[in-house]
Amino acid sequence: MLERSWPVEGATRVPYWVYQDEDVYREELERIWRGATWSYLCLEAELPEPQSFLTTFVGDMPVVVTRDAKGALHAFENRCAHRGALICMQARGKAERFNCIYHNWTYDHAGNLTNVAFRKGIAGKGGMPADARPESQAPRKLRVEGIRGLVFGTLSGEAPDLRTYIGPAILPRLERVLVKPLKVLGTYTQVLPNNWKLYMDNVKDTYHASLLHLFFTRFRINRLTQKGGVFVSPDGAHHCTFTEMVEDQGDAYEAGGMRSAGSQEFELQAPEMLDQVDEFGDRVAIQILSLFPGFVLHQIRNSLAARQVLPRGIGRTELNWTLFGFADDDAAMLRRRLLQANLVGPAGYISMEDGAATGFVQRGVAAAAGRASVIEMGGATIGSGDSRVTETAVRGLWKAWRSHMHL
Amino acid sequence: MEQDILRLHARYAHALDDDRLEEWPDFFTEKGRYRVTTAESEARGLPLPVLYAEGRAMLRDRVASLRHANIYEPQRYRHIVSSILITVESSTRATSMANFLVVRVMENGEATFFASGRYLDRIALPELRYEERVVVCDSRRFDTLLAIPL
Repeated sequence: MLERSWPVEGATRVPYWVYQDEDVYREELERIWRGATWSYLCLEAELPEPQSFLTTFVGDMPVVVTRDAKGALHAFENRCAHRGALICMQARGKAERFNCIYHNWTYDHAGNLTNVAFRKGIAGKGGMPADARPESQAPRKLRVEGIRGLVFGTLSGEAPDLRTYIGPAILPRLERVLVKPLKVLGTYTQVLPNNWKLYMDNVKDTYHASLLHLFFTRFRINRLTQKGGVFVSPDGAHHCTFTEMVEDQGDAYEAGGMRSAGSQEFELQAPEMLDQVDEFGDRVAIQILSLFPGFVLHQIRNSLAARQVLPRGIGRTELNWTLFGFADDDAAMLRRRLLQANLVGPAGYISMEDGAATGFVQRGVAAAAGRASVIEMGGATIGSGDSRVTETAVRGLWKAWRSHMHL
Repeated sequence: MEQDILRLHARYAHALDDDRLEEWPDFFTEKGRYRVTTAESEARGLPLPVLYAEGRAMLRDRVASLRHANIYEPQRYRHIVSSILITVESSTRATSMANFLVVRVMENGEATFFASGRYLDRIALPELRYEERVVVCDSRRFDTLLAIPL
């Protein structure tokens, strides 16, 4: 059990040791990532055929995700029962079975140990005793659930089913995007020089978007003066924010002298890059949705993606982006999605800064473990609302985190 | 002609490394395409670009955004371009394949290996501009952000 004290202000303060402390990091891998939470594994479309597989992670745990010969999805720890080697070393493929390369122990698609090489020895010599139980160290199996083409897994027997976990405040916002069979457009990884929670609280920070990301504001793509809102699940764990498509003609940023204010001489020469088709019929331009601990679903105009957050030590995070469209996209929609891929990822007009800003926090707080960030926009409440000039979803993250960590 | 194409590649690298980004769109034809992708995406037949522009107007938008909108820590690149194979296909077109390695240098002096890969080019002749430059990165990983073009 960790001995740490939270600032007396409570929900409006987050102490900087949460991003720096090795003991905290180890504890959260156990209590959160391997605890009663659901982690995003992949898209179902990445396992299109029976006997296909891919490898990924839940927190720091290597995981194999499979579709068996009958079509059912499974996930299990990528660790051989024998000596702990990786069972599967390829990123993806098809296989009838999985053979650990070290001593050729064999597993089926559900992660069951099906064969131990030379278990009975050769010609009556060697081999394991009859009462040996190598299965006792078998790789752990995850509960797996799919939802509208997304695949999640958990080691926990106590976590509620996935739909209950997400809850009624957020689930409809997830389902509004995932309306048809998905098609993978591509993937890449952004390596961030910061603690994983700095990325998650950046995602949940509706206040920063139009202030840090100047591209948004300069081109009037997203301003806090536009109609939008934020949803937060009652436990604080998950959030969703959205902005409507209406062009903002106001000049609150200009009047306030914001750094991100527009300028007359700066407009796009090829604005068709941003042309949006209202494919969900609700005039939402941008929706960012996060599920605790490390999943983000975005719709930014016609760019759609799943982002998987993986902790890689206290000061390093990997962000796996999987951009997708729908299986029935026509050529014009595909082109639109590929052009709008320019908005996101490591070279994204509106997302390249996130890695920089969160890295600046990691560096800025290096000598300030005893100090705390001030998260007081919108007061101390945690809940849904129609203003995005708030840090309510960030406070939600910490409410959920503290609950899992017993801090 | 091969010498001219080698000089085109060299001028491109120097323009980016010297922070003369405003010159970058002029290395392309009016409708020239620039696409950064990964070897993994190419091998899997996946169309997703990391960065993509169709024509000089979009390339100029990228430069304008880097200069006036995007926030990133001051940094420079050093391009090393080598193993260049050029095929002059006709009087109006050549293709080229070259390896690249890019070192990223931050203001505090930290220099890191940032990217390696191949340039796959279609070059308009005698104009000597890229009709298409596909940057195939060897790795699917990008450290922090990719602001300056490769």
